[in-house]
Amino acid sequence: MVAQNIFFGILSAIVVISAVRMVTTRNIVHAALYLVAVLAGLGALYVLLTAEFVATTQVLVYIGAVMVLFLFGIMLTKAPLGNVMEMTGKQWPIAAVVAVLMGGVTIYSLLNHFGSERLVTDGPIYRTADVSDEVFSTYIVPFEAISVLLLAALIGAIVLARKD
Amino acid sequence: MTTLLALPYWQETGIKLGLALAIIPTTSLILVYLFLFKMMAFMQSRLGPNDTGPYGTLQLIAEAIKFLQKEDIHPAQADRRVFRMAPVVVLASTFLLYVVLPAGPDAVVQNLDTGVFYAMAVSSISVLGILMAGWSSANKYALLGGLRAAGQLIAYELPLILAVMGVVIQAETLNLQGIVEAQATGEIFGFGGIGNPFILTQFLAFLIFMIAAQAELTQTPFDMPVAETELVGGFHIEYTGFRFLLFFMAEFGTAFAFAALASVMFLGGWWIPGFDVDDNILNVLGPGVMLGKILLIAFFIFWVRFTYPRLREDQLQKFAWKVLIPLALVNIVLTGIFKVVF
Repeated sequence: MVAQNIFFGILSAIVVISAVRMVTTRNIVHAALYLVAVLAGLGALYVLLTAEFVATTQVLVYIGAVMVLFLFGIMLTKAPLGNVMEMTGKQWPIAAVVAVLMGGVTIYSLLNHFGSERLVTDGPIYRTADVSDEVFSTYIVPFEAISVLLLAALIGAIVLARKD
Repeated sequence: MTTLLALPYWQETGIKLGLALAIIPTTSLILVYLFLFKMMAFMQSRLGPNDTGPYGTLQLIAEAIKFLQKEDIHPAQADRRVFRMAPVVVLASTFLLYVVLPAGPDAVVQNLDTGVFYAMAVSSISVLGILMAGWSSANKYALLGGLRAAGQLIAYELPLILAVMGVVIQAETLNLQGIVEAQATGEIFGFGGIGNPFILTQFLAFLIFMIAAQAELTQTPFDMPVAETELVGGFHIEYTGFRFLLFFMAEFGTAFAFAALASVMFLGGWWIPGFDVDDNILNVLGPGVMLGKILLIAFFIFWVRFTYPRLREDQLQKFAWKVLIPLALVNIVLTGIFKVVF
């Protein structure tokens, strides 16, 4: 349990520092790379929670696909080397207030709901097969709803991209 | 499964990590010597690599000395931190791949439950390093190479994963050891003598996997990201000396890892006909069998590389989206139907 706590501390520090650097850095590609560090740190936290499948999906989807597309898009359009001063917009105080409010609401609701509960350290380890069993039985309706949503998004993208 | 010696977790992990760290550079040396130096020299009449020392064995040492004594150059405009990090990210992706590759019932760094899914996930990290290298070099050829690499790797990751799905459906597990076991205990029309290597039932998936792997490894005919006649080297144009060597090692280390994945998923992995799946002797014989199968598959990869000319960029994208992905989807549907019916 001690080892888990130590690694949780290290990973959380990495995630928090990268997240702060992501919004304060003056270079857009650096910001994207800090976001990669945040997502990788979250993936490592999933491993600490014995959620191996979720952690692997985090790496495949967010780092391997979403962030690569982000960087691809940034570099295809405009990605100057060095610092750019206009990176920070005029509305940043408002954005900071909104971010603090959002964080506060999330922390409050989590503490309110799970405040006194403790994680079971020697509980069952959920295998990939258990995850798929849950997805295709208990959560079948949300799963199918998401599939339809993704299909709609896919068709929408094709309609937007078509020239004729 | 009986274990020969029981060590604490941290000692076992330490030994395995040490072994893996020693094996990974060796694998790229084997591929470079056997295929890049010897085979290409014979196929394309390049005389040099055959003449340094007995059988050209000293060529590797000559190359290593050449790389180590080169100056470490950063372009003046480059983003230094990202420029230095990029080859490390690419090599880290290769190292992570070796975590799940099995060479025997116990001869694996970590027998992860998500096995093949994990391998696909970590192999996609290398794109990030390539994009970082292309951007931070402050060179438009490097940037173009990085963008081509990203577009190509995203396009070919899909058929790669979809081809693996067929194998996963048939083996009913993502675990690589489970896939080996499913092939070892399988039967061909009631005959179980040689198990059931999935290359027989999943031949379409095997073909798609090998083509997509060729593209993932950016080997000719899919080497547009490094095309020397168009981009003078692509994303690693500005890298010299040891940093270039890191890219080079990652390229061949990943080729070895993909050949290992293919031999585990389609050729039966480390299992030898006639032995029990958890026989301890397979921990000794398995790595040899794996090496043989890996070299066979690597031979095909490099045979294609040294034979075919480069595709055009639009042909490459068309081939992935209009041919490989629909075929892979058909393969998944067919495998699913056969799995339910039989």
